[in-house]
Amino acid sequence: MSQAENNNEKTKKSFSRRKFLVRASIGAGVLVGLPIIGINPLRRSLFENLESMLPEYAITDPATTWFEVTADNKIFFHSPKVEMGQGAFTGLAQIAAEELEVDIEKINMLHATTAGRPIDPRSTGGSDSISALFAPLRELAAGLREMIKNNAAEILGVSAASLKLANGVISANGKSITYGEVVQQANKWEAPKEVRVKARKDFKVIGKPIPRVDLMPKILGEPIFSIDQELPGMLYAMVIRPPKIDTQYKIADASKAELMPGIVKVVKEKDFVAVVGKSRPEVEMAIRAVKVDWETNKNWNQEEILEMTKVGKGEDQLIQKQGSKIKEEGLIEFEYTTPAGAHAQLEPNGSVAHVTADKAILYISTQVPGITRKEVAEALGFEEEQVEVQPTYLGGGFGRKLHTPNSVQAALISKAVGKAVHVFYSRKDEFQTQKFRPPSHHVLKAKLNDKGMIDYIEHHVSAGNASFGSPISSKGLEMFMGADLGIWSGGRINYTKIPNIRFYSWHVELPFATTMWRAPGVMANTFAVESFMDELAHAAGKDPLEFRLVHLPDNEKGQRQKAVLKAAAEKAGWGKNLPEGRVLGIATSGELATVIAEVAEVSIENDGYGDYIKVHKVTCAIDAGMIINPDGVKAQVEGGVMMGLSASMYEKIEINDSRVQPTIYGPYRIAMMKDAPKEIEVIIIESGDKPLGVGEPPIGPIGAAIGNAVFSLTGKRLRKLPLAEEFAKVSS
Amino acid sequence: MKIQFKINGQAQTVDVDGKTPLLWVIRDLLGLKGTKFGCGKAACGACTIHVDGNAIRSCSYAVKFAEGKEITTIEGLSDGDNLHPVQQAWKEEIVPQCGYCQPGFMMATAAMIEKIPNPTDEDIDNNIINICRCGTYTRMRKAIHRAAEIKNNNA
Ligand code: FES
Ligand code: FES
Repeated sequence: MSQAENNNEKTKKSFSRRKFLVRASIGAGVLVGLPIIGINPLRRSLFENLESMLPEYAITDPATTWFEVTADNKIFFHSPKVEMGQGAFTGLAQIAAEELEVDIEKINMLHATTAGRPIDPRSTGGSDSISALFAPLRELAAGLREMIKNNAAEILGVSAASLKLANGVISANGKSITYGEVVQQANKWEAPKEVRVKARKDFKVIGKPIPRVDLMPKILGEPIFSIDQELPGMLYAMVIRPPKIDTQYKIADASKAELMPGIVKVVKEKDFVAVVGKSRPEVEMAIRAVKVDWETNKNWNQEEILEMTKVGKGEDQLIQKQGSKIKEEGLIEFEYTTPAGAHAQLEPNGSVAHVTADKAILYISTQVPGITRKEVAEALGFEEEQVEVQPTYLGGGFGRKLHTPNSVQAALISKAVGKAVHVFYSRKDEFQTQKFRPPSHHVLKAKLNDKGMIDYIEHHVSAGNASFGSPISSKGLEMFMGADLGIWSGGRINYTKIPNIRFYSWHVELPFATTMWRAPGVMANTFAVESFMDELAHAAGKDPLEFRLVHLPDNEKGQRQKAVLKAAAEKAGWGKNLPEGRVLGIATSGELATVIAEVAEVSIENDGYGDYIKVHKVTCAIDAGMIINPDGVKAQVEGGVMMGLSASMYEKIEINDSRVQPTIYGPYRIAMMKDAPKEIEVIIIESGDKPLGVGEPPIGPIGAAIGNAVFSLTGKRLRKLPLAEEFAKVSS
Repeated sequence: MKIQFKINGQAQTVDVDGKTPLLWVIRDLLGLKGTKFGCGKAACGACTIHVDGNAIRSCSYAVKFAEGKEITTIEGLSDGDNLHPVQQAWKEEIVPQCGYCQPGFMMATAAMIEKIPNPTDEDIDNNIINICRCGTYTRMRKAIHRAAEIKNNNA
């Protein structure tokens, strides 16, 4: 492609952000971090009390690493958490605005570059962007507020106590000064010894349904994603990725491709080959002309994968134990399976990288900027400080961007051509070299007593790696835990009024990479457990809602879970008359601290080709602790329900002849507008004084809620995902 | 080859292989990054733009077919600072999450309400066939009805 005759200025917009980094910034002050809570050495006690044992974040950075106040009285917040749609920027901005006593508009959210800005020691994921940062961020922002106040008092010659703060302006005795002016004039930045955060009754910003702070750029289509970034002289490149699983690159013949129009170079590294050219379409043409020899270790087929995943095949670990194990004939026993699934986030993986003799910069859509920096530095033989990772907005993450080895490839390609390169996956690459949600197999057994109560329940889950092998997990922790959290999460039995409980997690190594998928384990496990609970309710001749309520404990968590069940059921019209042909199905989940219940209103329709399941409405009640932004919570619940519905109803990845199938949207069926319920009603029950996770929990119950409704309506029990396919099978 | 068209009201000439997908011309030659790459195979709708008022998936539309035509992208949807009814409705309903699919949906909606001023839910199901992985469909449906209302009130 030759240069267009009239280049558009709009591209340059994306870089204006960079200049913020060199604006006047305030001096340093140190705030004391929070202690890190230790890990209880008793493994099962850890499994059983996970929520109280998760390490808390400590912020030991100076406030000035996080915040900049500029002369024009704007506040820039360099967020170590990335914005991937979950609304983290909005919630964090609200928390900061609250303590800094400013309107939300004054806070400008930026992704923290790894060069001198806060680096997340973990990742953006696990639904903890708000919950983990809530306490330390408040302290940090309150500390900054106090420092500004103390300086203002000195400049104005009044006592700090007499100052009034209003949206970035400080006044006393008829005199006033802005935060920006204080920052320009002050030269003493001493961290206050003690920082007092605001009392909840004084909150003005936290708890309000403020529109998300990134709303307008997203409505105007501004170039905020990594794929939108451009650097001077930038070339385009694509890595040729293996067409099969369990396959390595051997050697490539690129003699034809090298001569094709627009091609600058074919870069051959030890484990990959990439084509570099002047435009993406020219590179796309040329990669088809490269002959690559691949070595596939073994031919894998779907039956084999399913067989490997079966309970009893890998290694097991007891996760939950209550009362005794009951081994006798005649237990009620069923099996459930869920397929591998793709994240299928809309923005493919990739980055814009520029490597020079002693420095590398990457613009990348990643959930792990710190890990990415380390990996790129290692690959280039650089110190970590020589590599700057500038995260951008993510066009969806869901765990797919928890590992971004593609950044290493981009850096090596840039180094090889001595220019900036734009390296992004094709959609086929994105599917083919996915790290999937692992397929799972569940065996559930139970015994009912003569009153129709559950006397014993046993759950076994078996699946491939989820958190194990991921760069955010550590080998040591894996050894210590023994079981993969990403497999068993969501599989514990919350119905602890059942006197005897056993839950085992089985773990297998699959021949393809598997990882976390929005909520690790929660979707598969909740489907199995909550479908089984429904089967038991029917076997006992009890109402599925009542049956759940009587088995939940009376402790605080149990009460909260009962409350969401009742609220969702009532709002959905449980037990009431519904329009002709419609029924309700209910399911709940209480993994970690958040509790949620979902009710699906379902009918069976016929489109002329056959009967199909139609979900009309989903009613959810969620208790996610204290709420920072009710509209943000609603959006996350709606999105989680929709993604969970899509995965439970339609999505499936299979391996045949070692090939991943399918590799394109459409055949990989994601719910579309026509499949979406007309309404998703969200009831928020607020509790406690800490925000809890919101992004993942809604994924859990929806599959079972739909399946349970289908059973009520048709008497057919669906024990396999995806439901649409299973329904067609059992109906024919 | 040289190809001439109008984009967001401005005359433009590009000199490229006529088979080049219009998507990459718009994004990388003209620097308008609001039109997104999602699949390159007309399967997701992230790249939706208007060509002579019709919603087109630009990843699968050769630039040579744009000769003499009028193209609109998300950057040209609003009238200066006045948001297009679709953008206004999207703002009111706070639709976007990650935002990546949103320009494609807004362009598809804008083209639909030109042809169907009062779309029913069924019209929406049949015409809005893009993919949103974040699952913003219920808000979008509300926003589509709202956009039609704003547009009809303005008329
Ligand atoms: S990128 Fe054009 S339809 Fe997906
Ligand atoms: S908002 Fe993320 S894909 Fe639609």
